[in-house]
Amino acid sequence: MLTKKIVLLLAVLLPVPAFSAGGDAKLDKADTDIHNQASLQRGARNFVNYCLGCHGAQYMRWNRMAEDLGIPEDVLMSELMITGGSPHDTMRTAMPADLSAGWFGKAPPDLSLIARSRGTDYIYTFLRGYYADPTRPNGVNNTVLAGTAMPHVLAHLQGLRQPRYELREVGGRSEQHLVGFDAGTPGELSEAEYDEFVRDTVNFLDYVGEPVKAKRERMGVWVVLFLLVFWVFAWLLKREYWKDIK
Amino acid sequence: MMATDSTTTAKGGLLGWVDARFPLTRLWNEQWGQYYAPKNLNNWYLFGSMSLLVLVIQIVTGIFLTMNYKPSAAEAFGSVEYIMRDVEWGWLIRYMHSTGASAFFVVVYLHMFRAMLYGSYRKPRELLWVFGMLIYLVLMGEAFFGYLLPWGNMSYWGAQVIVSLFAALPVIGPDLAEWIRGDFFISDITLNRFFALHVIALPLVLVFLVVAHLLALHEVGSNNPDGVEIKKTKDANGNPVDGIWSHPYYSVKDLMGFAAFFVLFAAVIFFAPTMGGLFLEKPNFELANPMQTPAHIAPVWYFTPFYAMLRAVPAFFGTQVWGVLVMGAAVIILFFLPWLDRSPVKSIRYRGPIYKIALALFVVWFVILGYCGLKPAVEPFKTLSVIGTIYYFAFFLLMPWYSRIDSYKPEPERVTYHAH
Repeated sequence: MLTKKIVLLLAVLLPVPAFSAGGDAKLDKADTDIHNQASLQRGARNFVNYCLGCHGAQYMRWNRMAEDLGIPEDVLMSELMITGGSPHDTMRTAMPADLSAGWFGKAPPDLSLIARSRGTDYIYTFLRGYYADPTRPNGVNNTVLAGTAMPHVLAHLQGLRQPRYELREVGGRSEQHLVGFDAGTPGELSEAEYDEFVRDTVNFLDYVGEPVKAKRERMGVWVVLFLLVFWVFAWLLKREYWKDIK
Repeated sequence: MMATDSTTTAKGGLLGWVDARFPLTRLWNEQWGQYYAPKNLNNWYLFGSMSLLVLVIQIVTGIFLTMNYKPSAAEAFGSVEYIMRDVEWGWLIRYMHSTGASAFFVVVYLHMFRAMLYGSYRKPRELLWVFGMLIYLVLMGEAFFGYLLPWGNMSYWGAQVIVSLFAALPVIGPDLAEWIRGDFFISDITLNRFFALHVIALPLVLVFLVVAHLLALHEVGSNNPDGVEIKKTKDANGNPVDGIWSHPYYSVKDLMGFAAFFVLFAAVIFFAPTMGGLFLEKPNFELANPMQTPAHIAPVWYFTPFYAMLRAVPAFFGTQVWGVLVMGAAVIILFFLPWLDRSPVKSIRYRGPIYKIALALFVVWFVILGYCGLKPAVEPFKTLSVIGTIYYFAFFLLMPWYSRIDSYKPEPERVTYHAH
């Protein structure tokens, strides 16, 4: 019993990368701007069109999103909530998790907090990191999350890059290393347009992760300025009283 | 300053009515209003009242958080997001509480370091120091229990690691760990009891200890940057010549300190509430998952110096218990500081070079240990942790020797003060 506990203890004390989440791939800067409302609106459109089919954002309320992003309620109902429902609902996916787990091997995760748990750079690099890999069930692989269960749903926009491999000798065995990409099948968007598309989407996910973020930063300027002025008066008050002390 | 002693003057009105039935005016005057504090206290002395401020912030925001938080494994994570999104100003209350936890340790560490600078733990303030250390100990427990409540993945695995430490103790270990968890693993039951401890048990103990700490302080009187007792030199009325009333002098000075604190506190809350993953860690925005550990488990920054010491000690005789004992000893040894220090003078101002260097290196190694504790257990952090641990213990265990042989300058008769 004791030995088991010690093994468990060691297992948790010494992080074992084998069953841990997240990779160490080099990430590109997402460079999103939570204060850019046009970008957030485009991101909302992208999210509803491309993500919401499989992924929900269970903590995000539709009408809160519409209000924060300056989307009138009639536009919300006609353009974004195309399957109907109440504007007070949260952004849940219609795909049943028990079925999707069977289809993909893993139910697509809820994206409410993905920007907070992984960071915007991670999602930005991930969505741009797909390449053709016929050995995978979906025919694609990813530079950020190797062996991802997610198909490349944006392939018709980005196109599908062909990987270039190099054989290297590692410890007497030859291993296949990914060294770059060839153009492959072209998509509907240019590389720059696709980066913008992903950036808007990631910006929206950043908003979804913390809807109050933009307001908090705007408000913070005034709070800190007020407190600085308050500090000056508190300091003057202290100085006035302390003139007595010899 | 030469006011009449209002404790003996009968007063009319509501205050007089209360005073005849409850020592309100007397308590105020003894504990603050006419409490004589040395006039030469510098800005290092702001961190005591600041700790009290943070305690109040934590209690008030904590009360409001419990109004919407659900202490169950099924609902906890979602209820925190509900607070962040749907509760009016919930995000502000939550960020104040989460930032307040880190702020608490920042001000308490600075407050403790102030005591080490000026020998504030020395006779007759040993018990004052011990109360303070008990507060620190309870605060660590409070922070640990509170960290499980958001039920994120780091919450879960952090609690798993710490509770497993108890399992490493010989004989009783496994049963003890099970008793703490109330289950065979961290579960809904554990969350429920940690909630009870976090919102009721430990805050009660904490408030009681803070009262004891303040009563002890006002009984023995405040130390000061010169480490000279102001009670040695008294005027005709028996009041310390170098003492001034806390009110209004330190009331207004502490107010200035509070304002400075709030500037920094607000800057973090509004612009960097996660502090780049240091105050709120990324994996904690994922629901607790017993099947998947975060890529790298580390406690929150304020525990990492001790965590680094835990990892610095290798397992031998087939058990990991030595690291656990070293970590425990690292905290316990602080209690004995008043009896380890044998210097003839209290304040760093009059101490010799040995203590000055020893204390400076202590700070450096404590920070390095804290940094190592945040990093994976690989080189160079492993070696640095070992050296840091050795230095940490040497600083305390050799103190009776080096503090005695160190040179010192004679203390002045009275405190030094230059009017502003």
